[in-house]
Amino acid sequence: MTTVTEAPPLAPTPVEEPRRPRRRGRHVPYWLLLPGILWLLVFFALPMVYQASTSVQTGSLEEGYKVTWHFATYWDALSEYWPQFLRSVLYAGVATVLCLLLGYPLAYLIAFRAGRWRNVILVLVIAPFFTSFLIRTLAWKTILADGGPVVGALSTLHVLDVTSWLGITAGERVLATPLAVVCGLTYNFLPFMILPLYTSLERIDGRLHEAAGDLYAKPFTAFRKVTFPLSMPGVVSGTLLTFIPASGDYVNADLLGSTDTRMVGNVIQTQFLRILDYPTAAALSFILMAAILVMVTLYIRKSGTEDLV
Amino acid sequence: MTDTNGDVRLSGISKTYGSFTAVHPLDLTVPQGSFFALLGASGCGKTTTLRMIAGLEEPTTGTVSLGDQDVTALPPYKRPVNTVFQSYALFPHLDVFENVAFGLRRRGIKSVKKQVEEMLDLVQLGEQARKKPHQLSGGQQQRVAVARALINHPKVLLLDEPLGALDLKLRRQMQLELKRIQTEVGITFIHVTHDQEEAMTMADTVAVMNAGRVEQLGSPAELYENPQSTFVANFLGTSNLIKAEVDAKSGDEIVVKAADSKLLLPAARCSAPASTGGKVLVGIRPEKISLTHADDAGSIPDGRNRITGTIADTSFIGVSTQYVVDTPVCDEFAVYAQNIERDARLVPGAEVVLHWSPAHTFGLDAAQDIDAGIESVEEEAAA
Amino acid sequence: MSLGSFGRSIRRNLVVIAGLLTLAYLLLPNIVVTVFSFNDPKGRFNYEWQKFSTDAWTDPCGVADLCGSLALSLQIAAWATLGATVLGTMIAFALVRYRFRARGAVNSLIFMPMAMPEVVMAASLLTLFLNMGTPLGFWTILIAHIMFCLSFVVTAVKARVMSMDPRLEQAAQDLYAGPFQTFIRVTLPIAAPGIAAGALLAFALSFDDFIITNFNAGSTVTFPMFVWGSAQRGTPVQINVIGTAMFLVAVLCVLAGMMVGRRSRQKA
Repeated sequence: MTTVTEAPPLAPTPVEEPRRPRRRGRHVPYWLLLPGILWLLVFFALPMVYQASTSVQTGSLEEGYKVTWHFATYWDALSEYWPQFLRSVLYAGVATVLCLLLGYPLAYLIAFRAGRWRNVILVLVIAPFFTSFLIRTLAWKTILADGGPVVGALSTLHVLDVTSWLGITAGERVLATPLAVVCGLTYNFLPFMILPLYTSLERIDGRLHEAAGDLYAKPFTAFRKVTFPLSMPGVVSGTLLTFIPASGDYVNADLLGSTDTRMVGNVIQTQFLRILDYPTAAALSFILMAAILVMVTLYIRKSGTEDLV
Repeated sequence: MTDTNGDVRLSGISKTYGSFTAVHPLDLTVPQGSFFALLGASGCGKTTTLRMIAGLEEPTTGTVSLGDQDVTALPPYKRPVNTVFQSYALFPHLDVFENVAFGLRRRGIKSVKKQVEEMLDLVQLGEQARKKPHQLSGGQQQRVAVARALINHPKVLLLDEPLGALDLKLRRQMQLELKRIQTEVGITFIHVTHDQEEAMTMADTVAVMNAGRVEQLGSPAELYENPQSTFVANFLGTSNLIKAEVDAKSGDEIVVKAADSKLLLPAARCSAPASTGGKVLVGIRPEKISLTHADDAGSIPDGRNRITGTIADTSFIGVSTQYVVDTPVCDEFAVYAQNIERDARLVPGAEVVLHWSPAHTFGLDAAQDIDAGIESVEEEAAA
Repeated sequence: MSLGSFGRSIRRNLVVIAGLLTLAYLLLPNIVVTVFSFNDPKGRFNYEWQKFSTDAWTDPCGVADLCGSLALSLQIAAWATLGATVLGTMIAFALVRYRFRARGAVNSLIFMPMAMPEVVMAASLLTLFLNMGTPLGFWTILIAHIMFCLSFVVTAVKARVMSMDPRLEQAAQDLYAGPFQTFIRVTLPIAAPGIAAGALLAFALSFDDFIITNFNAGSTVTFPMFVWGSAQRGTPVQINVIGTAMFLVAVLCVLAGMMVGRRSRQKA
């Protein structure tokens, strides 16, 4: 009667206790979480506790440190290094805005206009990651070299006169000025802006733009009213992924800047690794962490995007 | 059938999620070799019932038995039951051949080639063996899903809305196809669907489910001709329901009064307790009704139930014409008339007499919601 | 073509032009790195063009410690990728597939390392190691790298697992695959692209990390630390050679992967 050849009969194994409830995987999630979470607790959370304790210690390297609840370290650190703090926020903020302005067109291009070049451009955005970012940052030293073609062109066009007047370059130099540092920061974190932007733009149905056009929206209005609001999750996570690392960076300020462009990252690094003033370094990094957490929380509240990850 | 080895028996089975009861305690026996349909709107508990049989949900109370064996505590991979999932759940990383061979391989069968090839031939997919699921059309994917389940020779094949993703024409074709395969392999099929036409076309027995309970169980014709609740009457096809009062009971017949008309109802076809003076709902299917122009009222034979009314609307369907008639007992009386001889006078505004054989009338408990089952049909259509 | 229509076509393609300019900005340093890998600099620093030379390409390991640091970086990146991918994948599955207590806390703990400037994590981890008296070196670097790569792997894998139809695993169970078989035969292959993406990200992040490594390496020198040191003492051309080679290898790998992917899709 059947055209199918016989498979061996299925003999389900009888169960001894037929009514035992199958509580499959009640402990499974905890076992899955255990190693990774333990790792993060020991090597991420616990260090924060140590750092908090270090920041209120006094003593010296030779005699050892003791917790003395010396909160004055915070005050001293802030009053001495507030310019570096301010500079960090300022540089990182400007770099973030520049990343958004530069990155959005490219993300838009990849998502909607690149056609079969889409993957090629994506690869070109990601591939520079594999050349060490230090090497690439050093390349900016060549690009912005004194008397080089870029500086020469900017000088001829009198752009440097304007930027000097604004105080972001000095005379005929770009290197070792705020402009160079911001330029380096923008360059370094641009992919962190482009990729989230692209991801959220790519999810947008292209027909929405057409529908907006059909409903009498001019192209730019359609962008402002439809595409841009829908890409907000990308804008939010892109700005965070740019601002947070940029505010703690010290590589760009060190390689492309001067002593006048030092950021808080430079201070922490120097205090920790050269001067060995651990309490001050710990206090500074705690202030930086707190400041960023507050800013990020406020920003996320305001932009109304809760699910970033 | 004397062989009950493949019967599916659900005893007192229920499922609650927190405070929500998806399935109320339910007893159901599906005889071996039958094509059984669980019919209902979305959220009625039909899929939950199916998943409890498959072992994918644990029942809150009750047991599931296959033949003599209690399988309630068995995980899905130890049950001799296979499922055709909604939207198929074909493994995207495996080709058609490997999808079909999956179950055999998991049971440690080494030489699967012959069986898989025969199975693919049965569902007419021999040529597509090395394609990936996403390269197939919807109908082909559906057949792979059926083959993947059937090759294991389960005692029971469970089908969860297997045709839901197909367009209408293909769905009709696949209905016949599935029915053919079922006859050929002789395995018990339990089919979950919200499409009443699909259930009636394919199944030997249909259980209509509503809000976690089985409303009525029977053959398609039985359910259609003699519904026992307003939900079944409205969900399966269309019914005209008239609110009436029991006037008298004489032997096998009940006489009811609705507005000025007296209607006859066979006592055997009345599922409501009919005591004189009590309320009942009288139902009649639209295609059982004849329509005669009021001028010819004299030609209607005696002994038929009759109601007068005015045609409110007509729509020409091709094989039939559908009329909406405004009557004193019911605002929108639906009548489907075959287009054998069309009376040109039957246009909106015409006075007409509706008449039908009392034998086609059914009676329902008037305590129910008269519109039960109507919205759910519309919701499904919209979804 | 009239001036007007030329203007209009410019305006219509403004976004394309702007995007390509950004791309040029992104690639300019790589071009400079490549060009200067053929330089023959005078003095210790390779910042000014002197004359063409292939010396560095023919002798990429000609500088003391350079290739050793590169090998160390690759080794650390490989182990960190393995560790972070395994741990991160487990967490991602737990988060997507199970309901459990303290879910919010776990999510926050995953998110925090990504919302923290590297210098803060670097400094606090060093505080821990100093307090514990842990000798700095290979192991402390590896611990740190697994720590900060973990969250990125979780995010990548989670996205993939979330988009997976749970019915696929149910279908496997229905077809006689036990929990382990289901995981090996169905879950893992389908989650593989997400896991691969996470692993790739972890590798790139670990290989290129400087700030956290700088704090926790002690006297061990990874490739980025070698570059950092040379920026103070003098930059050998070989740095550019290796930077260029890494860029080319990455592009070639991705292109080859894309070709293979396209071919297998056509063949099937």
